[in-house]
Amino acid sequence: MTQTDGSPFAPHTDAETAAMLESIGVDTEADLFDIPAEVAFDGEFGIESRSEQEIRGELRRLFARNDDLTEFMGRGHYSHYVPSIVDHLSDRAEFLTSYTQYQPEITQGFLQALFEYQSMLVELTGLPVANCSMYDGATALAEAALLADRVRQTSGHRILVPEFLRDGKRSVLENYVDGAGLVVDAYPMDDGNVDREALVDLADEETAMIYAENPTVRGTIEEGLTEIGTIASDTEALFCLGSDLVALSLLQEPASVGADVVVGEADVLGLSTSYGMGLGIFATRDAFLRQVPGRLVGVGEDSDDRRAYTLTLQTREQHIRKERATSNICTNQAWVALRAAMHIASHGPDGLVDLAEDCVRDAAALADRVDRIAGYQAPVHDRHHFREFVVRSDQPADRVATALEAEGFAVHAIADHLLQICITETNAHATDELIAALQEAA
Amino acid sequence: MIYDQARYTEGDKHEPLLSEKDTTTVEVGGTDSPLPDDLTRDDLTLPGLSEPELARHYTRLSQMNWSIDSGPYPLGSCTMKYNPKFTEDVAADPNAAIHPDRSADSAQGNLGLLYGLQEYLAAIGGMDAVTLQPPAGAAGEFTGILVAKAYHDHHDNDRSEVIIPASAHGTNFATAAMAGYDVVELTADEDGRVDLEALKAAVSEETAALMLTNPNTVGLFERDIVEIAETVHDAGGLLYYDGANLNALLGRGRPGDMGFDIMHYNVHKTFATPHGGGGPGAGPVGVVDDLAAFLPSPRIEKTDDGEFERFEPDHTIGKVHGFSGNWLVLIKAYAYIARLGDDGLADASAKAVLNANYLADQLELAVPYGPFHHEFAATAGDRDAADVAKRMLDFGVHPPTTKWPEMVPEAMLTEPTEIESKRTLDRLAEAFNNAYSDTDEAIETAPSRTTASRIDQVSAARTPRLSWQALDDE
Ligand SMILES: Cc1ncc(COP(=O)(O)O)c(C=O)c1O
Repeated sequence: MTQTDGSPFAPHTDAETAAMLESIGVDTEADLFDIPAEVAFDGEFGIESRSEQEIRGELRRLFARNDDLTEFMGRGHYSHYVPSIVDHLSDRAEFLTSYTQYQPEITQGFLQALFEYQSMLVELTGLPVANCSMYDGATALAEAALLADRVRQTSGHRILVPEFLRDGKRSVLENYVDGAGLVVDAYPMDDGNVDREALVDLADEETAMIYAENPTVRGTIEEGLTEIGTIASDTEALFCLGSDLVALSLLQEPASVGADVVVGEADVLGLSTSYGMGLGIFATRDAFLRQVPGRLVGVGEDSDDRRAYTLTLQTREQHIRKERATSNICTNQAWVALRAAMHIASHGPDGLVDLAEDCVRDAAALADRVDRIAGYQAPVHDRHHFREFVVRSDQPADRVATALEAEGFAVHAIADHLLQICITETNAHATDELIAALQEAA
Repeated sequence: MIYDQARYTEGDKHEPLLSEKDTTTVEVGGTDSPLPDDLTRDDLTLPGLSEPELARHYTRLSQMNWSIDSGPYPLGSCTMKYNPKFTEDVAADPNAAIHPDRSADSAQGNLGLLYGLQEYLAAIGGMDAVTLQPPAGAAGEFTGILVAKAYHDHHDNDRSEVIIPASAHGTNFATAAMAGYDVVELTADEDGRVDLEALKAAVSEETAALMLTNPNTVGLFERDIVEIAETVHDAGGLLYYDGANLNALLGRGRPGDMGFDIMHYNVHKTFATPHGGGGPGAGPVGVVDDLAAFLPSPRIEKTDDGEFERFEPDHTIGKVHGFSGNWLVLIKAYAYIARLGDDGLADASAKAVLNANYLADQLELAVPYGPFHHEFAATAGDRDAADVAKRMLDFGVHPPTTKWPEMVPEAMLTEPTEIESKRTLDRLAEAFNNAYSDTDEAIETAPSRTTASRIDQVSAARTPRLSWQALDDE
């Protein structure tokens, strides 16, 4: 079979094309297009076709232009080692090249995997309802605020968030809630934890939702979750807690501290560093089931009375409810959720707890070593830490970060004299070198 | 032509859940813990399986799943193309796996890819500026409508309405509402296209934008597009292009040349990135010059000496994704576009349109609206489209999108894409025709050879069981 020029992924031979045109009753492919001449495009994009081999070479050379740095970075995007089995199984074409399970009878495999993912989130959060994905932690937080607006009985239109929130997350939140007429205000932090006295003063009947993180974006573990939950319920605001799958394996269970919604980064498992690509957690209480955004997989039965999985409660969704839908989300992050579930399963509960405990121990140990170098104080906040911590540097933080980059390391410079350093099993081997480079840059 | 999918056929068996294969509880905290007990959970209960057991579990599940690589998947509006394997290898390059907060100096490779893709997409859409941040088509719509809103606000021009044809995808309506607009729904004319008179009556100084899919959701090109654009622009509104159907136009028409001001590209459709069982995708947004200053931040530019830099557009709306969107998907889209080039892209459209027309021609079902392009909405007439679709499953093909758009009764919206050969289309047509002409009983009880037989969705929704914990509680 010889293919015609053009798309290498269109299998038509000239003879087949001719036969098909004849069967339709037209002379050329162009006759099939009904585009008025005044708007037809007959120019060139100027994109030259390359072979597979050429493109692989071209992009290998392009990506080699990224400096080869050992990253000690986090702040919402983390690097955990993803075992090979996750790549191999998730890359099976039956998973990777399928789509939303509009025909559940023939897509039971993916539905079951998503149902298992939802169940794992139920265990980790303690909340009974988890959807099968949001785009990322930032959009999940934004969707939580919109849910709070829908379910709240009173007229509150204020979302309270920590003063220390990643700029990008705050911006996404503001963009999503603007149309609903909600405003976002920050409450202060007290040495890396929520300033609860200030929060009590700020929280009022205007408050629709209080958002807190554990761990916070600065890596501190929040010690006042139960009180924050009480402050929220006293003002009839929803309590939304941000976290991630590894932290949830170890830290206080959200349901036990009164969380109404849990959002955050599920991509910490299943995806390693990927320039910020994400997977958003969304879990909530039964009472809000019909207000949940995104897709839900449920169990039903088939006509032979066997257990069967299906997308369910779809009347919440845009394709049925249109402008009254709970969200506009359609295509989501299903394959990333599949990978996260595989990664969780490959760790098992003890592996996950071990991994999470290492995130606490390693951060403390590294902070301690940094603190012993003249010119740095770490951790800046007198708290327990998870994966990452803030360092005060006598030198301007930017200058230190640039000097470290020259030595092959990437860290965050988050304020004039503040650095942030994140450690996991993927960079732990390089801590001696990092310490040496910090010493050099002090 | 009967296809058997992997399944249990005896008794009430099903593939056991991970939790049914193993459930282990570990205590958390205690003396060896690095944290005081009041900061930890009490215990954690999850499956703990060995690697060989997991490999079997997921391999079994994969065998119970239909995919493009399994066979035809002509879901209308979804553009289920073959996903070239090499794009996976390109995206797996460890050098590309860097943190999004890296300095521009140290991330020239990633910025270069993003810049290159911005340029490709601008050329393909006839747009002046592109952001790659939105993580799916609907997120692209939302971004585009926020950009429109920011533009109007900037000109002290408060507008409250977005006009959307009734046949549009549900995300359009939901997007406009999320952005705080009232939706004005436009019914189609007899030919299935925008009714120009109705549009003229609908526009006003309240019109922020018209959201249009072109070709529309039954595959028809909006022939009056120039007048449509004029009508919207004369009222001070903006014209938004939903890029879901761009696969029909590659190399033959560009939204920018038709008067569209804002568009999203649906890269998991048009540019063949894998649909992943529901995602991830990507929904980059292109705009004309006047709107470029409002795009999300950062965008990427190239300096005179060939370096790539991030920059913040002057009146940026800020961010629509926590970081830079679905990075791995963007790499795959770039690789696909580079593989096809000008000729390949134009050929993809030509063959997509050829395939849709050829397939429709082989069907016993009527297709009420035409001339259509890359997809068509056949009608199952007095038969239930959902039942016909279920019967098709037994023949080893995935059925089309059913019962949408509603302007076609019992619609079967079919989009074979360019990847199917004549022989496969003949087989698909046979499955279609056989199912369509089968007995009532056969179609109402189908499917029978898939992993699950017909699922009772109504009762699944009536008593939601959304986790294995919910099953255990029974
Ligand atoms: C016409 C149309 N518009 C918008 C969308 C939404 O795109 P996405 O699913 O990528 O969010 C779809 C897809 O499903 C569509 O078919």
